[in-house]
Amino acid sequence: MALDDFDRQLIAATQGGLPLVPRPYDAVGERLGVSGQQVRERLAQMLETGLIRRIGAVPNHYRLGFTANGMSVWDVDDALVDQLGERIGQLPGVSHCYRRPRRLPSWPYNLFAMLHGRTRAEVEQQAVQLQELLGSACRGHDILYSTAILKKTGLRLRQSQES
Amino acid sequence: MLSPDDARLLERLHGDLPLTERPFADVAAEFGWTEDDVIARLSALLESGVLTRFGPLFQIERAGGLFVLAAMAVPEERFEAVTAQVNAHPEIAHNYRRDHALNMWFVLGTETPAQCAAAIERIEAETGLPVLAFPKEREFFVELKLPLTSGATHGA
Repeated sequence: MALDDFDRQLIAATQGGLPLVPRPYDAVGERLGVSGQQVRERLAQMLETGLIRRIGAVPNHYRLGFTANGMSVWDVDDALVDQLGERIGQLPGVSHCYRRPRRLPSWPYNLFAMLHGRTRAEVEQQAVQLQELLGSACRGHDILYSTAILKKTGLRLRQSQES
Repeated sequence: MLSPDDARLLERLHGDLPLTERPFADVAAEFGWTEDDVIARLSALLESGVLTRFGPLFQIERAGGLFVLAAMAVPEERFEAVTAQVNAHPEIAHNYRRDHALNMWFVLGTETPAQCAAAIERIEAETGLPVLAFPKEREFFVELKLPLTSGATHGA
């Protein structure tokens, strides 16, 4: 799905958040010179195509007590990584599970999974579960804990299309 | 920590806000609250920083765009200055400090691969530091649903 001008305007108008007013879609429409109905219809299409994952609350995990946030990274046999990645993505407490390229020699890891817990001990426990699941297909791993959020704004499209 | 009512509201709104004329009134009706209650609670949660945002989460990949994870090894004495240089780019959707030799990890969100490559080049030029890019090759799972209401099945 290619973006047209209306899509781009709609993204620009909502990527920072919806106005917290009784009729938020009407308010967005007013800014864009269209009806609230048109805004809702287009947002519904975007949800359908997956351009919008969901419309709702984006929590700050830290403020909710999930202060231990570990990016676990694993060096997994290329022949098995896709099959194992699917299973790891199903484990509770795991998010953002992806296969990514290695950057040898400094970075041997090809499977990334974010682990979330209230304490580092909780995260380490999850990592043990992952390690058991990966078994001998895993040649090494590391957990990179975040120590500060430096920025968290989400997507911000540039207004112009030039690169 | 969250009040039980706030936790209920967030669990509900971790799913979708209705695409109706008065969505907050509709959510309020589910809870037996008023529209004003819902709006006031969400405003307070945003203001206190419990929520970073309330609205649509875009997956720009579906429109040809992309999110790319990237990392840098930033010398400690320059960390603050480099953070400012990196964060100044609108392409940076989020940025985390992590305890590793690669101590800065950020995500670039752009509408085209060319914009992403250009942003990485600008960051390398401005900071004089190499940026390692880790584009997704395959996605297994994305969004975590945190157990917010206490006594939920995930105890401990």
